[in-house]
Amino acid sequence: MQLNGCRSFRSMLGSPDISLANNAYWGIPSRRWDANAWKRQSSSAEQLPVLMSLFGGEMSLLRSPLQPPSPGFSFDLTERNAVLGRLLEGSPPPRPVKTGTTISGMVFRDGVVLGADTRATSGDVVADKMCAKIHRISANMYCCGAGTAADTQKTTDLLASNLALFSLNSQRAPRVLMAASILQDTLYRYGGQIGAHLILGGVDYSGAHLYTVGPYGSVDKLPFVSMGSGSMAALGILEDRYKPNMEVEEAKVLVRDSVQAGIMGDLGSGSNVDLCVITAQAVDYIRPYQESQYTNGRNRKYKYPPGTTALLSEKVVPLRMELVTEAVQRMETH
Amino acid sequence: MLEEQGPEWMSEEVKTGTTIIAVEFDGGVVLGSDSRVSAGASVVNRVMNKLSPLHDRIYCALSGSAADAQTIAETVNYQLDVHSMELGEDPLVCSAATLVKNISYQYKEELSAHLIVGGWDRRGGGQVYATLSGLLTRQPFALGGSGSSYVYGYLDAEYRAGAGRTDTQRLVVDTLSLAMSRDGSSGGVAYLVTIDGDGVEEKVFLGNELPTFYDQ
Repeated sequence: MQLNGCRSFRSMLGSPDISLANNAYWGIPSRRWDANAWKRQSSSAEQLPVLMSLFGGEMSLLRSPLQPPSPGFSFDLTERNAVLGRLLEGSPPPRPVKTGTTISGMVFRDGVVLGADTRATSGDVVADKMCAKIHRISANMYCCGAGTAADTQKTTDLLASNLALFSLNSQRAPRVLMAASILQDTLYRYGGQIGAHLILGGVDYSGAHLYTVGPYGSVDKLPFVSMGSGSMAALGILEDRYKPNMEVEEAKVLVRDSVQAGIMGDLGSGSNVDLCVITAQAVDYIRPYQESQYTNGRNRKYKYPPGTTALLSEKVVPLRMELVTEAVQRMETH
Repeated sequence: MLEEQGPEWMSEEVKTGTTIIAVEFDGGVVLGSDSRVSAGASVVNRVMNKLSPLHDRIYCALSGSAADAQTIAETVNYQLDVHSMELGEDPLVCSAATLVKNISYQYKEELSAHLIVGGWDRRGGGQVYATLSGLLTRQPFALGGSGSSYVYGYLDAEYRAGAGRTDTQRLVVDTLSLAMSRDGSSGGVAYLVTIDGDGVEEKVFLGNELPTFYDQ
């Protein structure tokens, strides 16, 4: 229900705009979402034949595959999922690939330490045993992501690109608070549809900062955090042993222990522990910090020595190349 | 964990299941809040300060959906900045409350957050405004959040008009402590902000500093 023909809250702050460049940088709240935009966007060309075959032309929302897809996120698939759910009544709908995860981070004396496990699950199956959950945002900031794998990767990639542009434009290293605000703006704009649970940590001129951003756009600034399905296990370790101004080696061990608690106590987390230590001087991206103790070594050698396959005959045909034309074009370089 | 619905934390929106209070006294206001932020059954942040500044001497207390409440507070903060620059002086508490009310009313179907606005200005002294569901009313005291239901009676009985600064601070802390001990969605530490003509004082009461009552 809408009063006085007003648009949604999210669209109040301006027309939808994919580039975050303008308002977010100057502190103006720029949370925008056109409530009807997702209905107007078309699905991309590949989905059309699948959908048509499933529903025999039932989907009238789709535009012709000859038109290029509109920019930005398309939420057509939420409608498809609803229709699929009705069709496959009783059986559960397909789930997206999630990083059932343990990620954690803490502030220590000289900076921040971020930690993550490396297991990505798709339902009951481990889809990736060595996935990277700590994403580089800029030279001084890294972000761990839990939730839907595609969403965390894309959101952090977009953030990194926009901050790189900002750095080039303003000749400044970005502040951690700025990155957190941009993430909050983006995720709020999409009303929880982007399943990204993020831990953002970094060091800027004002010190070391650690933020956590939820998928609906809520931000918390804390000295230690954990997210993901293993977050409760990790938080127990952090709550017990965290102290302000710890030394770097002690902090690395604490974060490793917290991720390990998630790996042992949560089915969705496992494999190795990655760490990222960010200080004002340098970044130490340790992948892996600890390898899984439970992988089986290979029992046999799978490399075949040269000569295993018998060589029966050999024929060499040289390719004769002719020089047809030669042209020199000068580039303007000064 | 690997059942089909996925773990609760994936789908639950982060809410500030809360207790928030604002009380006027002679010459200013005292705002108080707990510090618990929950997502379903788990606590996401146990030390969140829900008293958010809108201007130098105007604060608001957040409750409901954490994302919506933070967004409204930041939006009104920006709008008040522009307004006070245009005026050339500090804005009235009533103006801040009106801006919050405008957003809460116009988008009431989409937002689920309730903000209480309290502050001091030269014209009206200490004032408290409630903006639940988009109404705007000035009250001597206002309560909000899930924990408020447990302490309406206490505050009704104990509030005295014309009380002093320390008495009002003690009243707010006592009320918060009672609510936090009865409401599962409120807890942690108690934040207090006292605003008067001389400035703003922020205080934190850690768990063991909170007053205890009958069975504690």
